Amino acid sequence: MAGPKYPGFDTLALHAGQSPDPATGSRAVPIYQTTSYVFRDTEHAASLFNMERAGHVYSRISNPTVAVLEERIAALEGGVGAIATASGQAALHLAVATLLDAGHHVVASGALYGGSHNLLGYTLRRFGIDTTFVKPRELGAWRAAIRPNTRLLFGETLGNPGLDVLDIPEVAKIAHAAGVPLLVDSTFTTPYLMKPFELGADLLYHSATKFLGGHGVAIGGVLVDSGRFDWEASGKFTQLSAPYEGFHGMDFEEESGTRAFLLRARREGLRDFGACMAPMTAFQILQGVETLHLRMPRHVENARTVVAFLAAHPMVEAVGYPELPSHPDHALAKQLLPRGCGAVFSFNMKGGREAGRRFIEALRVFSHLANVGDAKSLVIHPATTTHYRMSDEDLARAGITAGTVRLSIGLEEAEDLVEDLGRALGTAQKTLG
Amino acid sequence: MELAVDGAPVYAYTAGQTLDPARPSVVFLHGAGLDHSWWGLQSRYFAYHGRNVLALDLPGHGRSGGAPLATIEALADWVMRVLDTARLERASVVGHSMGSLVTLECAARHPARVERIALLGSAFPMRVSQDFLAAARANEQSAYVMETIWGHAPQVPFAGNPNPGMWMYGDTLARLARLAPGVLYADLKACNDYAAGLESAAKVKCPALFILGRRDAMTPAKAGEAFASAIPGSRTLIVAASGHSLMAEAPDATLDALIEFLR
Repeated sequence: MAGPKYPGFDTLALHAGQSPDPATGSRAVPIYQTTSYVFRDTEHAASLFNMERAGHVYSRISNPTVAVLEERIAALEGGVGAIATASGQAALHLAVATLLDAGHHVVASGALYGGSHNLLGYTLRRFGIDTTFVKPRELGAWRAAIRPNTRLLFGETLGNPGLDVLDIPEVAKIAHAAGVPLLVDSTFTTPYLMKPFELGADLLYHSATKFLGGHGVAIGGVLVDSGRFDWEASGKFTQLSAPYEGFHGMDFEEESGTRAFLLRARREGLRDFGACMAPMTAFQILQGVETLHLRMPRHVENARTVVAFLAAHPMVEAVGYPELPSHPDHALAKQLLPRGCGAVFSFNMKGGREAGRRFIEALRVFSHLANVGDAKSLVIHPATTTHYRMSDEDLARAGITAGTVRLSIGLEEAEDLVEDLGRALGTAQKTLG
Repeated sequence: MELAVDGAPVYAYTAGQTLDPARPSVVFLHGAGLDHSWWGLQSRYFAYHGRNVLALDLPGHGRSGGAPLATIEALADWVMRVLDTARLERASVVGHSMGSLVTLECAARHPARVERIALLGSAFPMRVSQDFLAAARANEQSAYVMETIWGHAPQVPFAGNPNPGMWMYGDTLARLARLAPGVLYADLKACNDYAAGLESAAKVKCPALFILGRRDAMTPAKAGEAFASAIPGSRTLIVAASGHSLMAEAPDATLDALIEFLR
């Protein structure tokens, strides 16, 4: 007898976390635009506050519309649950603030989104949380950077902007040998292209602003827990395994080993830092999630066409896409990303800053802006925008030069994208004389 | 709290409360492959409403050490030794699935020590399919998937979790992933082998409540109702929207029924 069938990805993308609204029959996810929820009586109120009953109290902590998005992303990732946040940056902050105290340490990939680099390299240092950045493909460097006070290893599934492929199985082993979890930023890959928990990661987050939302209309983040890391056995996370006076003396690990992280993150992090997601935002991102399985293959298909065009163009020095044999992580990408390496990548142009400026200003279909993962194709010059705060040394560590251009390939006709890029490259070529 | 029974550590969730022998006590017993946290909301409620609560991790489960016990009867006697160690003379016992059979045996074998019993997601006989047993015996992932999918109502993956932001399937699979090899098989075999249900039901003298899920695929409500009829004077509540995991799928209905029954 065959066992029961687990729902497929495409079905979960459309249905997980929501059935037709019992009050109205609404098939679409209702937007519960409310701050708060009426208690049945004082006893009910007390029970909700003390976690004796499940339910919503105040929309900073939870909201029915936001909860659908959280449950749906957790389902797609194979996690125990999720917390939606005001942005991807808020999700990273929530993860770090839940697990680390002043005096603790992070080992992170040096190939990070500039905002994440700022948070770890500058802002969190003000609060006593130190970070050592390592080259993501140097496994020995990850191991060597771990200190007794290290509490987290962190990297992006595809490093920004060079698309360094994080060797999640090996980095997870290093993290687990040290008794700490591995957190990954899965924004560029989405659960359609990679399931980090199946590879060994313990926690992940998305900037849902990007491919999950997919249409450039809402800022949001989602933090997901695999429920697989044993906080109690590690012995390094008293935040989760000792009574917390900030919440009725609760020992979150005693409440539930699989839910401890999300319990504290929601009951402390959302409560106190307050970087929650608005219900309208959750609704908008859900519209994108419902077609994720249709959009991602087209994003990847278009990206492959554009990569092939650029790789053969005389104005292009190099294209950093892991499906190309020239990429240092080509073999690893084949192993970890069989469905494709996403649709955000960089290439280095000849001609330096002036050529770059002319190229970007000549584009007509591509939009010059600071975002990725939109249905529309986007372009940006990292050295003067997303990574402008980084030192030359840090830029080089992240694989960025003055001629680096980052593209986010959208869902237009691939031929139109190639034509736009070809014409703009021709304009830039004139600067070479 | 941590106890020691039969030379092995035993974990009992008390919601951080100190036990007081003068208070009434409630013991919560989880089902196959699970742990005390399956009762999270309900056990926490009673601990903050005048009861001593012992939500146990059965041997070899959760934070309790030792090997899983082979029979329902052995588990019932073990529960009494836990009460001895905790210096509690009497308690009401609330059990789910495999734990419901243990609950019944507690009442039948130790009537002087059991005040009331509540059986959730229960049926007798509690047969387990040979495919499920074989997969569990081989510690295959498919066994965990069977437990997860059959352990919830069919609509669970497409319905909102009462616990905001949590994915019920994922939570169950993550719990099962923490099990030592052989534990789920031992539990399922104990359920499948248990033969004394009707004899023991006839011995029950204390008040009994059955809470059953209309959409339960593991212990169908009809089988649960038939089992309930074997306990004279027992009451039955059927939760229309719930499957086997009543505490998670219908936490409020489950808690309200227990509040009224254990009042």
